[in-house]
Amino acid sequence: MKVLVCIKQVPDMESRFKLNAAGNWYDTADLAWRMNEYDEFAVEQAVLLKEKAPDTELVALSIGPERVKEAMKKALAMGIDRGVHVQDEASFEKDPYQIASVIAEYARNENFDLILTGMQSQDRGSAQVGILVGEMLGLPAVSTVVGFALDGQVVTAKRELEGGLKAVVKVGLPALFTCQLGLNTPRYPTLPNIMKAKKKELTAIPVATLLKDEALAVTEKVSYPEKRGSGLVLEGEIGELTTKLVALLKEKTSVFK
Amino acid sequence: MKALLVGETRDGKLLASTYETLAFAREIGAEPVMFLVGSDSALPHFDGRLHLADAARYGEYNPGVHKALLLDVIARENPQLIVFSHSSYGWDLAPRLSVALKAAQVSEVVSVVDGALVVPACNAKLRRQVRASSALTVVTLQAGAFGLAAEPTGTPTVEQVESAAAEKIEFLGYEATEKGAVDLSRAEVIVSAGRGIGKPENMAMIKDLAAALHGEFGASRPVVDAGWVEHNRQVGSTGQTVAPKLYLACGISGAIQHLAGMKKSEFVVAINTDKEAPIGEVADVLVVADVKQLVPALIAKIKAL
Repeated sequence: MKVLVCIKQVPDMESRFKLNAAGNWYDTADLAWRMNEYDEFAVEQAVLLKEKAPDTELVALSIGPERVKEAMKKALAMGIDRGVHVQDEASFEKDPYQIASVIAEYARNENFDLILTGMQSQDRGSAQVGILVGEMLGLPAVSTVVGFALDGQVVTAKRELEGGLKAVVKVGLPALFTCQLGLNTPRYPTLPNIMKAKKKELTAIPVATLLKDEALAVTEKVSYPEKRGSGLVLEGEIGELTTKLVALLKEKTSVFK
Repeated sequence: MKALLVGETRDGKLLASTYETLAFAREIGAEPVMFLVGSDSALPHFDGRLHLADAARYGEYNPGVHKALLLDVIARENPQLIVFSHSSYGWDLAPRLSVALKAAQVSEVVSVVDGALVVPACNAKLRRQVRASSALTVVTLQAGAFGLAAEPTGTPTVEQVESAAAEKIEFLGYEATEKGAVDLSRAEVIVSAGRGIGKPENMAMIKDLAAALHGEFGASRPVVDAGWVEHNRQVGSTGQTVAPKLYLACGISGAIQHLAGMKKSEFVVAINTDKEAPIGEVADVLVVADVKQLVPALIAKIKAL
């Protein structure tokens, strides 16, 4: 079996974001980068499959500038066999349709039995790319998966819905799934596996060879959200803060009555 | 301009979020036409055309068939916009139309500015203004971003729609997550823990604070996913929706999915080291401090009252 896992490198979401000079995305200077959290669940799911069926081939793909190799190395250290780096300095300017079409163009003749992606990225959060890739390739695609069991060529998956409800679905391979948080417990790479990952194959492909589509939407500008709440902000020393907070709770709520 | 609104049915009931698509159409001045896989017994209230596919026949999750039904309606209605909720149904189905129609999709719209769509980015720390270049645009709306000012009224003109399309994904049924005996929706005080508590051992102080305030404790999704708290105490769109008199958010950054579950609380106190955290948008009081220092001090203070 041959599995493709699509991963994205994103900034740490605890960062203070500054805007770039063009005003159409965040400034990438001074940010700490990591693998998109949702994609870690996709990588883990692929590695779990290989543990059961060692002849499975796991390929990870990432689009972006040189730094995305760091996220790729983590995937390789977690157990992915080889990486494909689609080199693109301007991936942040591409819309989900273009990103998906680049992935689909790569995957079209590779005959993957299974494609796994995160259900969304933490920075753009469009939740589109996985399903778009499935549709472009004519594969059945199931989003927001929190349960995944492969039996022969059939997957029984659980989709997470709202309000504590799940939908159970069955689909034959080849197919695509987008992974939701909680699907499994992504492993931490061990030191020996980090060393081994350095020797794994990492192929580079310039994005121009895979990009066939124009953008359907463009980011005009990025801004900070307007401060809505007229909430009170308390800052200072701990003792002082607790005194003020208790006084406010007495005044504004009935919890001490 | 005409907008095709896609309503939602779950377990035979019309979802209230369907009316958020109607509110969006009104806000941008578009003529609303609706598509729903549902039933005659749970119709939405509005005056306009409703293209109804029978849920008993087409199922509530059959994306290939629902796509085919929608494409047929789109060909007949020729809308400029197709509007979904940004929900497990909407974000699953919308991209399928985007590919079939080569139409831009813009996800999780929170507002419209000069004809451009505004969406959140980076855990709501940024806003992105997006303009589609395709003639037809598919949008999904952030839960709660648009709402009707009054109770919906009216009666739609129903047109039944059918499809013979085949489905590759077999829906086997719904499964409820174990809720257990914990019903946070009735709690008057909830002390909730987020990733900012740092480690599972610190749940003890959250539980102590909840006890000191005679309330319940809850948690955000990352804390539940990490296994620090049972799922039956998760607050948010995939957990419980709560409306206590006091909601104390400890180390919760305020992802939209969490806010959706607690923003109806009467009084919200957030304790967070990050002054810019999105939880500040719904908090009545934001205490800029480390939970691990403030919570024990607060417990001591309350016990001394």
